[in-house]
This record gives sequence, structure tokens and C-alpha cells, in this order.
Amino acid sequence: MLDLLKGPVLVVQEFFLLAGRAVRNVFRSPHYQTDIVLQMDDIGVGSLPLVAMIGFFSGAVMAIQMSRALRQYGQIGRTGMVVAITLVRELGPDLTALMVAGRNSSGMASELGSMKVTEQIDAMRALGTDPIQKLVTPRLIATCAMLPALTVIADFVGIFAGWVVSYTLLGIPSRQYWNSAWRALAWNDVAQGLIKPFVFAFVISLVGCFYGLRTTGGTQGVGRATTQAMVAASVLIFILTYFIAQVFVFQGSS
Amino acid sequence: MASPSVLRFEHVTVAFDDVPALVDLSFEAFEGESRVIMGAAGSGKTVLLKTALGLVKPTSGKIYAFDQDLTAMPERALFDIRSKIGMLFQESALFDSLTIEENVAYPLLNQRSIHCPPDQVRPRVEEALEFVELGGTLEKFPSELSGGMRRRAAIARAVVTGPPLVLYDSPTAGLDPITAHTIISLVVKERDVSRVTSLMVTNRYQDGNLLANFRYNPERKSIQPAHNGTRADLRTVFMVLHEGRLVFEGNQDRLEAETDPYIVKFVKRRE
Repeated sequence: MLDLLKGPVLVVQEFFLLAGRAVRNVFRSPHYQTDIVLQMDDIGVGSLPLVAMIGFFSGAVMAIQMSRALRQYGQIGRTGMVVAITLVRELGPDLTALMVAGRNSSGMASELGSMKVTEQIDAMRALGTDPIQKLVTPRLIATCAMLPALTVIADFVGIFAGWVVSYTLLGIPSRQYWNSAWRALAWNDVAQGLIKPFVFAFVISLVGCFYGLRTTGGTQGVGRATTQAMVAASVLIFILTYFIAQVFVFQGSS
Repeated sequence: MASPSVLRFEHVTVAFDDVPALVDLSFEAFEGESRVIMGAAGSGKTVLLKTALGLVKPTSGKIYAFDQDLTAMPERALFDIRSKIGMLFQESALFDSLTIEENVAYPLLNQRSIHCPPDQVRPRVEEALEFVELGGTLEKFPSELSGGMRRRAAIARAVVTGPPLVLYDSPTAGLDPITAHTIISLVVKERDVSRVTSLMVTNRYQDGNLLANFRYNPERKSIQPAHNGTRADLRTVFMVLHEGRLVFEGNQDRLEAETDPYIVKFVKRRE
């Protein structure tokens, strides 16, 4: 029994060691600015069309589905409020993080995994570079900078899509929609909506790099690391979503 | 006169998840010496080189490179030692997102103890690539080169900083005999021109034979059989590993006189 537990505990310990070293390197030189900018471009600009599309359709779907329920209570005018709250608090951060996890966690795992199995990581260490400083820290910084920005964009595009549906299909006046959406949002919602992507950024970048760096067993191992990274990042995002929501709901009610 | 010690292993044991890769290994390599390390697949040859570079930490025992204890050093302190050791990895391990020029320049730009003025980087890269006869490939990416050319570019990257100790991990693995000969000629050339200490892992006896009996002739720009007595300061030691244990250490004559069936397997492969 103890042996069975030893494996997972060791994995968790290794993950936190990597996380600690990656964070510590943020404050240590050398800094690889070029790598940070390249990663920002890949994660931020590269994910933008995908995130905007997901944001748009989730906003549109929320407007359609919620309007049906709200109509029963004669509250269809509050569609904007429901769309804004669900997007800013939950759907925007969660879906954006899931998309970026699918795209970048797996990408990081496969890139670092290929480097690991072709001994490029060892070569990097042999040639005087700390792979965590050169590979992990820039990805962490870039994801932390880009994910909140992508989330804000997804939120806005989603609320905009809600307006398109409300105005064209549901006949809700524009002013009423935007007014109810704007008034619905409290600081608590915005804070939650911005803290979440920041936390998820750690999960996405560190899980991707972690699985990449512990890849063994050739190309098959790279495939396995890629899948594991994506699955682990997605599951962790859902678990953390629950805990963050719990913290904010309690804080909001007190 | 005894040469200074470059690399010393003292009862080194390395284990991965309780599976031993090296067991109680001790040896000492002196300046100017060549060591040929042979052994079956999985006998710990690559682990030995990686341990010598501090990439793998031993479970027990001590490793001294240039009289400094690697086992007691944190990763950051190891970078200074590593700048004195060149390493050719088995599959070249060139960074495939960088050009050949950037690859070869990498140690010059990233090793903290190598202070190479920016205007000297390109000439030194060109010089290293000329050394391995790869002049005109600076702008190419590793994927555009053949296996043998990649191996040569990797040698250029390993020796561009002029390290006094160079480790070669199976430099001829997967190459045709002619290309393999070219690669070993470069190893001999690097040894004789720069007077470096070399550790070469190989499964081909003829590689070790070339290293032991051939010298680089700068006038003819090729290697040729050494005459007895010339360059007596260079000596080649053969080592054979079996399941992580050192089962033979000695010169070529002693190796060829061995009768142990495991060791004989490596010697009899002479072409």
C-alpha cells in the first residue's frame, strides 16, 4: 500500500520542486527576453482566434439558453446580466484556460519532450544553460501575462455575442442589454475572473513543462507526455475552478 | 613524469530507481590520455560520460574533474566545470530550432566562464566548423544536414571553446564505415592538435584501434599510423564495462591478450 502511494507522492514532490525553481528563476539572471517574447506570441497571439471564437459562441449560447428560462419569469430583460456574470466568473476563464491547455500545455510537453529524448536538454545543461531558466521560466512568465489578457478578450467577445443574439433574435433593446450586463458585474466578479486565469497560467505552463521534462522512451514517450500534460492540466483546471469559486462565494456572502 | 589528473572516479555507483547503472566504478584519466570505453548495450557507458559531466548524480562515491569534487557541487557551480569539458552526445543533440552557426556559438555565448568578445564569436564558430570541414553550412538547420554532418557539427560545438577534456558518446553509431572513419579522424585530430584528454564510448573496436595507433599529420592533413616512439606522451587506455562494472582496464596489447569471453567479444570484431 505504501509503495503504491510512493509513486504519486514523488511525482507531486517533483512537480512542486520544478514549480519552485521556475518561480525562483523569475528573480534571477540571466533572463531570456527573446524566449519570453516568442512564447507570448505563440501563446497570446497564436491562441487569439481560437479563444475569440470560443468566447463568441459560448456567449451566444448562454444568451439563447438563459433567455428561455428567464422568459418563464418574465425577466428576459436580464439576459445581459446572466451572460455577463457566467462569462466573467466562470465560462470566460475556464474555457480560455481549457483551450490554452489543449493548445499550449500539450505543445510545451511535446516540444520539451522531444528535446529530452534527443538529449537536447542534457546538451543545454552541458553547454552552461539551466533548462528551467531557459525553457520553463519564459513559458511561465509568458502564460501568466497572456492568459489574463486572453480571458478579458474572451469575456468581452462573449458578452458582445450575447448582445448580438439578444438584439437580433430576442428583440431586447441594446441599451437594456448593456445596462444590465454592466450593472451585474461587481468587483468580486472581476477579481475572480482575473485571479483565475493567473492561477490557471501556472497550471498550464508548469504541467506542460513538467511532463515534457520527465519524458522517457523515445517518440512514444513524447506522445504519452503530450496526452498526460493535456489531461492533467484540464483536470486541474476544473478542480481549481471549484476551490476558487468556493473561496469567492464564501467571501462574497460574508 | 606523471601527468596531472583530469578526471577521477572513486567507487562511483549510480542507480536509477534502485536499478544500478554503474557499480563501484573507479578509474583515473590523466592529461593527454585517450580512453576508449566499450561494453554491451545498457552496460552504463553513456551514464559514465553523463556522470563525468555532472548531468547524473552518483548514488555514492566521488568524482573529481580537474581536482574539484563534482558530487558536492550545486548545479550552478557545475557550469564552470562543464565549460572545461566538451561533450558529443550520441544523437548529436544539436538544437533543432537553431542554425548550425547558432548551435556552435551557443557555448561561447552561454557559458559564463567563457568570456568571448562578441566580435570574436563568428570567427571562432567559422574556425570550429572549418576544423570539422563543414565550412559553408552556417546558415543551415540541423534537419538539413546528413547524420554524419550533424555529428561533425556537434563535434565543432563540443570543441569550440577549446575544452581540455572531451567526451564522445558513440561518435560513430549509425554511420557508414567511411563517415565513421572521418569522425574518428576528427577525434584523433582534435586530440593531437589541441592536446586534449579524450574519453570515447564506442562499440566498434576499430574506432579504438584508430585512436590508439594513428596520429594526425598536419602536413598531409590526414591521420596516419603512428611510428613507435613518436608522441609517446599520448597513451590510449581501453576500458570494458559489463552491467555497470569495470571488467577490464589496460592498454591494447593486454586487451587483445584477454581470454574472458565477454571481453573477447569486443576485440574480435576487428575488420
